[in-house]
Amino acid sequence: MRKTLNNRAWLMVAPVMIVVLFSALLPVMTVVNYSVQDAMAENHFFWNGDSWFRELLDPSTEIGSRFSGALERNLIFSFVVLLIEVPLGVALSLTLPRRGWAVGPSLVLIALPMLIPWNVVGTMWQIFARADIGLFGATLTGLGLHYNDTQDPVSAWFTILLIDVWHWTPLVILLSYAGLRAIPDAFYQAARIDAARRWSVFINIELPKLQRVLVLAILLRFMQSFMIYTEPFVVTGGGPGNATTFLSIDLVKIALGQVDLGSAAAMSLVYYLITITLCWIFFTAMTQLDLLKEA
Amino acid sequence: MARIDLVDLAHSYGGRDAPEESFALKPVTMTWRQGGAYALLGPSGCGKTTLLNLISGIVAPTHGKILFDGVDITQQSTEKRNIAQVFQFPVIYDTMTVGQNLAFPLKNRRVPKPEIEKRVAEIARLLDLTPDLNRRATRMTADAKQKISLGRGLVRPDVAAVLFDEPLTVIDPELKWQLRSKLKALHRDLDLTMIYVTHDQTEALTFADTVVVMHDGRVVQSGTPAELFEKPAHTFVGYFIGSPGMNIVPAEVKGREARIDGHVIALNRSYDTLPAGAKIEIGVRPEFVELVPPAPGLLSTNIERIDDLGRVRFARVRIGDTKLAARVPSGFSSSDSTAALKFDPAHIHVYADSRLVEGAA
Repeated sequence: MRKTLNNRAWLMVAPVMIVVLFSALLPVMTVVNYSVQDAMAENHFFWNGDSWFRELLDPSTEIGSRFSGALERNLIFSFVVLLIEVPLGVALSLTLPRRGWAVGPSLVLIALPMLIPWNVVGTMWQIFARADIGLFGATLTGLGLHYNDTQDPVSAWFTILLIDVWHWTPLVILLSYAGLRAIPDAFYQAARIDAARRWSVFINIELPKLQRVLVLAILLRFMQSFMIYTEPFVVTGGGPGNATTFLSIDLVKIALGQVDLGSAAAMSLVYYLITITLCWIFFTAMTQLDLLKEA
Repeated sequence: MARIDLVDLAHSYGGRDAPEESFALKPVTMTWRQGGAYALLGPSGCGKTTLLNLISGIVAPTHGKILFDGVDITQQSTEKRNIAQVFQFPVIYDTMTVGQNLAFPLKNRRVPKPEIEKRVAEIARLLDLTPDLNRRATRMTADAKQKISLGRGLVRPDVAAVLFDEPLTVIDPELKWQLRSKLKALHRDLDLTMIYVTHDQTEALTFADTVVVMHDGRVVQSGTPAELFEKPAHTFVGYFIGSPGMNIVPAEVKGREARIDGHVIALNRSYDTLPAGAKIEIGVRPEFVELVPPAPGLLSTNIERIDDLGRVRFARVRIGDTKLAARVPSGFSSSDSTAALKFDPAHIHVYADSRLVEGAA
């Protein structure tokens, strides 16, 4: 069979290629450019090879220890966020009404936190959590608990985690709810005929059918929580000490505070690669789960 | 195992106060005997699935009672009712192997393990699933999955009835035939009451010894395939069963004569007490109307076309405004478009307002 080669189709792809070039490729290349150069005064750049990367990845250097500390905090934060939000979201989605007038109002109410911009969320919680005048902080203090999100690391972590759970569990709920709604009634009816218990229905019908949406939920929540910036920036400022200094916060300090463009660029690239790699691992692990079970 | 009685059972999705005309299932009283193979036949939306879901308890009736062996179980939950049901689309538990799927209904009812194993092995053998017992059910093809669903329906030996809701919709025609014969064989082997919902008359007539025909929320007739064919109790049964369906012709009936379009047709029985004001029709299957060359004394007609079904030929003819189908005897050929019709008086039925009227001898 002979096929006519016609490369004019590439023209159709050209607009999106141009957009991607300006939106993604060029900015990333700028960062790559900074990461291998050092700048002297008067915008005078010279080649610096991989030494920014060496310094960054060596924990004995100042920048290296900051990086590894922040990375550790990021990993712990994302892990805890996933551990709380995914089970909580699925559990709450199971309690939502499936039909009737209550569906619309409950979905809207649940989605509300997601509609609030990040720095508004931060500002709200900064006041809400204040131990002297904030409703939340003052209540906890009034109950005799030792709570102060700007002075006590445990309080600070607790607050940041609480903000994230409040802000983003709705996303997991909505995704999981959509997945549950897609399960045909016949499955539940068959389970009743088979006298399956509620837990058994969840494990054998609902959870397997939710697998796809949960992959999506876990990826989205991981990426967003791993990039967390605004909440700690506004609420705790990365403190106390550097207890809530996550990678993005440190990155901004290095790039814009200290104007160490080379270090900052190297750090962004490594940060970026870690995010992509972890996402890939999550995705592969979760989609290959079935094949592994079969083998 | 049980006899199932429906007493004045009705269901409305619009609630108790909806007008009866809108009921999905209009009040019905009937009995399903233990060990019967029943087909519930009717077009989409006639209430067959509603009736099935009422028996299994997925839907609660608006009024009426359901008795299993004389015990009222109307208020019992599906789990307690001892009913198995197979759905239109395969329902399998993704996390389990084929064997675990089959064992699931027994395991949930705390049947002892050796008994479960014995029963699962037997059902797997009957459905040719034995080689796949240890495979994960998700990996199976659509029709194997449906076989698993069928197996889960049949695995409990003590059920009052197994209900099938158009279970062969997703199966290829070739396999459909095989599975249907298999079900029929299983019915003989397992001594279970089976109720099979379908809109396909071939499926109903080959599976069941009693076919229950539903139309517009009502059970219009229940009988053997032969009874439905020879003596439809309702004009709907007449044209829904049979291919082509029964000829239903408006007529004036008096005594032993029916008059169509001014022409007199003799009847075997006498109809002197037809309800006044009712719509009177006669019904006769195309198999009992023969197309013959025009002759004096016979009803003459115009041939519109002749359908050759291989084994038989049926002519579509017209008398005045009424269309009929008639059997074309082998050897009949007509270059002319006119012919005559010869009716078999023994197979002409009279209907008043769509319902069969028994004539006097």
